[in-house]
Amino acid sequence: MIFDVLIPLIAALPLAGFALTAVVGRRLDKEAHWLPVGMVLASWVLSMIVAFSALTASGPFADGGYGVKLWDWIPAGTFNVQAGLFVDNLTACLLIVVTTVGLLVHVYSIGYMAHDAGYWRFFAYLNLFMVSMLILVLGDSFLTVFVAWELVGLSSYLLIGFWYRKRSAALAAKKAFIVNRVGDVGFALGIMAIFASTGTLDIRASIEHLISGAPLAVPLPVIALLVFTGAVGKSAQFPLHVWLPDAMEGPTPVSALIHAATMVNAGVYLVARANPIFGRAPEVMVVVAAIGIFTAILAASIAFTQTDIKRVLAYSTLSQLGYMFAALGVGAWTAAIFHLMAHGFFKGLLFLDSGSVIHAVHDEQDMRRMGGLWRRIPITYWTMLIGAVAISGIPPLAGFFSKDEILGEAFKNGFLWVWAIGFVVAGMTAFYMFRLMGLTFWGESRVDPEVEPKIHESPPAMSIPLVLLAIPSVLLGLAIGFPPEDGLLHRWLAPVFEETEQAMGRHAAAYQFFGIDGVLFIATVGIAAIAIVVAWRIFGVELLGLRLRPRRELATDATTANGLTRFLYRASLNKWWFDDLNDLLFIRIGGRVAMFLWWFDRTIVDGAVNGIGALTGDAGRGLRRIQTGRVQNYALGIALGLLVMAGSYLLIVGR
Amino acid sequence: MTNSLDAYLILAGLLFAIGTFGFLARRNAISMLMSIELMLNAVNLSIVAFGAFIEPLRSQGAVIALIVMAVAAAEATVGLSIVIAIYRNKRTPLVDEYDAMRQ
Repeated sequence: MIFDVLIPLIAALPLAGFALTAVVGRRLDKEAHWLPVGMVLASWVLSMIVAFSALTASGPFADGGYGVKLWDWIPAGTFNVQAGLFVDNLTACLLIVVTTVGLLVHVYSIGYMAHDAGYWRFFAYLNLFMVSMLILVLGDSFLTVFVAWELVGLSSYLLIGFWYRKRSAALAAKKAFIVNRVGDVGFALGIMAIFASTGTLDIRASIEHLISGAPLAVPLPVIALLVFTGAVGKSAQFPLHVWLPDAMEGPTPVSALIHAATMVNAGVYLVARANPIFGRAPEVMVVVAAIGIFTAILAASIAFTQTDIKRVLAYSTLSQLGYMFAALGVGAWTAAIFHLMAHGFFKGLLFLDSGSVIHAVHDEQDMRRMGGLWRRIPITYWTMLIGAVAISGIPPLAGFFSKDEILGEAFKNGFLWVWAIGFVVAGMTAFYMFRLMGLTFWGESRVDPEVEPKIHESPPAMSIPLVLLAIPSVLLGLAIGFPPEDGLLHRWLAPVFEETEQAMGRHAAAYQFFGIDGVLFIATVGIAAIAIVVAWRIFGVELLGLRLRPRRELATDATTANGLTRFLYRASLNKWWFDDLNDLLFIRIGGRVAMFLWWFDRTIVDGAVNGIGALTGDAGRGLRRIQTGRVQNYALGIALGLLVMAGSYLLIVGR
Repeated sequence: MTNSLDAYLILAGLLFAIGTFGFLARRNAISMLMSIELMLNAVNLSIVAFGAFIEPLRSQGAVIALIVMAVAAAEATVGLSIVIAIYRNKRTPLVDEYDAMRQ
């Protein structure tokens, strides 16, 4: 069977690229990109073949998916795990996003990292990430997924801390790793609970067992909640969202690939993959929806005031991931995956654009020192405009279809509160994106006069991926999401989610353009359009002077406003104080507790152990005196002992 | 009291006590070995006496005594050679000086 070879090769090729580059990369120096890029290209071709076969349900995929068993991984009595890969339509959708964005980011990196001393190291890490991510979406057992889950965490750590000499980068890498670990613990517990309840870790087999109604060692909602904890960590949802904005310390291609288009989607993928479990735990679904939509509005509100171009995009990513979780929570599974794919493309594009901007203005990330760039770097400008329009949800670009579907389903499934918040967030999204566009590209130039003459469009290795990513950002929605709720994607994913939707009692109502759906459509597009116009008015031309001032004066402006505005401004600027809250909770209070426990450990626990040791030692030291080494002393001891024994025998027994 | 078991046992007991005292009190290694011989012979005497006076033990007493003699001879050989070996190293027969076990 040809797919028995093709599917493992998808992951094996980048692995080979990683291993070879890691070994010989240093000698290849500036040529180090050929091997990794070639491997990812080959992997992309294979993924397309596999995804196409899966989505057309041809050949072995006709029966809802095709799995490859590789080897017995852990054969230990009743605990038996096989290493295997599995491709169904959900995996295929993820494969398309991961390998396409991955490939383009690899190509882009050739240009972006050209002058970096760690050129080969960067490509080795990127390939390592590709392997991990591909295994994550391909793995057929929870344990395989978990190992890949940790591996993406590792490669994310390595890439955020790529410029490890920069203290902030090293700290951000550590923060990302540690915060992720919190979620991972939940996921690991979830996996243990699944094994305890079902006796297997194979994803399909264990889910089948879990939903069969058989008595479980751990209640289903608990399992769902634990798995969701893992998703919260990896997809940076509240309250574990703090690591993602800091992760922007890494090189921009990394932000695009890992922290926008792929890794952070792992949580969404996991929940979607485990949809039968969640579908039968409606109370957990509400939690998912609540956390998702809360993250969406929280992150969007922070994005309002950030001045670092990448940080705005990072908060935007959080916000869009929040949308996806909200969609999962309201049972709009397909819409969540749709938004995942669309977001993967347009957010990857936006990040690569931001990298191109940063490159053009010589490593300046502060938007207050940009402006007026649109004539100087037209390709970047136009592609970024496409990305911004797409994310704002203006038809007929990709983001519109997916976002409209999420909001529509939330409304129709009775989650009015999710819809209402999501509706507001849609407007906020459009506003902060066009604030970003305004500050960066429009108005007068505020670029450092020394850099000003040197602004240049990026080399082809960077601009071509931008153009290529702009295409799906425009067309993806029309291609797979149209007509609404009956597009290609819906037909592809129907086999994956059908069963759960039935179990939840959802029946797809026809899309009524001249009815409720039409009203929602107009409302969503309307608020986005209004937000864009407002942002354009404020940041585009007229009021630009106001934003020219340095941050402190801007804050003073907000202070002169009334109390609430001022509060909101400060809250947004300080990210709602979550970093400070964490600092207080875990560094100061947690640190005190840790210090106390340390003291307790040192004095009480160690004290007891050392005390017993010292007692034994002292006793030995005392008793040592009777060991004179003289044979006659010992003989006397023997004689006396004998006398005592014989005497007592006579006294007790002999009488 | 003459020619009774008690007389032999008392003699054996005295001899044994003398041997024990000698083993514990004498500092010369050779004397200690001699004391051991004394103790062994005291025991031997009592065994032979039991054999002579107690009917059921008649056939065994002498045999056991012979075995003890053989063992005593072997023990004396080994003990004496050990003492000589130590003497060659330490240049003294006094056991007080043999404190290597303490080090």
